Amino acid sequence: MSALETLAAVEGNVGTIGYGLAAIGPGIGIGIIFGNGVQAIARQPEAAGLIRQNMLLGFAVVEALALIGFVVPFILS
Amino acid sequence: MSSDQLLAFEVDCHLFKDCGFPAPSVWSFIFDPIFEVGGFEFNKPMLLAFIGTLGILAFFWAAFAKPKVVPGKLQMVAEALYDFVRRGIAREVIGKKGDAFIPLLVSLFFFVWMLNLWALIPIAQFPVSSVIAYPAGLALVVWVTYMTVTFKTNGFVGGIRNLCVPSGLPKPIYVMLTPIEFISNIFVRPFTLAIRLFANMFAGHILILIFTIATWYMLGTLLGTVYATASFVMTLAITVFEIFIQALQAYVFTVLTATYLSQALEEAH
Repeated sequence: MSALETLAAVEGNVGTIGYGLAAIGPGIGIGIIFGNGVQAIARQPEAAGLIRQNMLLGFAVVEALALIGFVVPFILS
Repeated sequence: MSSDQLLAFEVDCHLFKDCGFPAPSVWSFIFDPIFEVGGFEFNKPMLLAFIGTLGILAFFWAAFAKPKVVPGKLQMVAEALYDFVRRGIAREVIGKKGDAFIPLLVSLFFFVWMLNLWALIPIAQFPVSSVIAYPAGLALVVWVTYMTVTFKTNGFVGGIRNLCVPSGLPKPIYVMLTPIEFISNIFVRPFTLAIRLFANMFAGHILILIFTIATWYMLGTLLGTVYATASFVMTLAITVFEIFIQALQAYVFTVLTATYLSQALEEAH
């Protein structure tokens, strides 16, 4: 096997790499959502209920992407 | 792994014995039918969904069949749960106009929650909503409802405008925005609604399975038992996390339904 082929070879389930890539975006997104959410609650503790509701809603929407990335390798395998 | 093997415990395979980890996969979600009526297969998830429906009916029937002015214990719990959806979701998201949809939202919330809760109940221990057909069916109900409401409140032309043309933007943007809104509101919405619930429950069940199977797999040697203990603790931790996720997903499903309905109820200016 030449060096180039060895470098490009991937063993095992390629879906794991796919999941790793799919988790980058939602990871950043969830960080932003909860970071800003906590900041908002700290600035205005009276609005905590409303902020938490919207925070969880945004979290669920973003998290869906990561979960689709998790499920797709199973479906395609 | 074949689909007729349901549990890892059925193979006597342990760590350091040179046999691979029997990882859970799609086969963990396929059940043999319990019985069959004219080509219609009745399997475990359907049984669980059926019992769950009966359970919710029985609970609310027992609580509200003979309502009292001074509520008893059961009625108090049921009223608090009902009020959570009424005040926290319908009134908060839709407003006064949402009162007509409270029955739908309450049913959706408790049905989805019940389907998810089956993951915890001993012996059953399978989240019914991790079979795609159940979330897809629920998403279809939501889709039909908000499409009907859109066209009923706005008429045909107004309904199309409600779905595709958000108001109050500079004209050139509409060239780009209208197709995006059309695709997102009509096709992507029900798809993501179903996939979100399904994928959450699927991922959660797989996680619990991985650690449960790993606990059994690592038993056998002294070192293996230490690993198995850690894996068992992880099973408990993930189960607790799943309790939170189950309630959250039922909540999110209902809130998104309410959001779609509130947009459908908006009248064109």
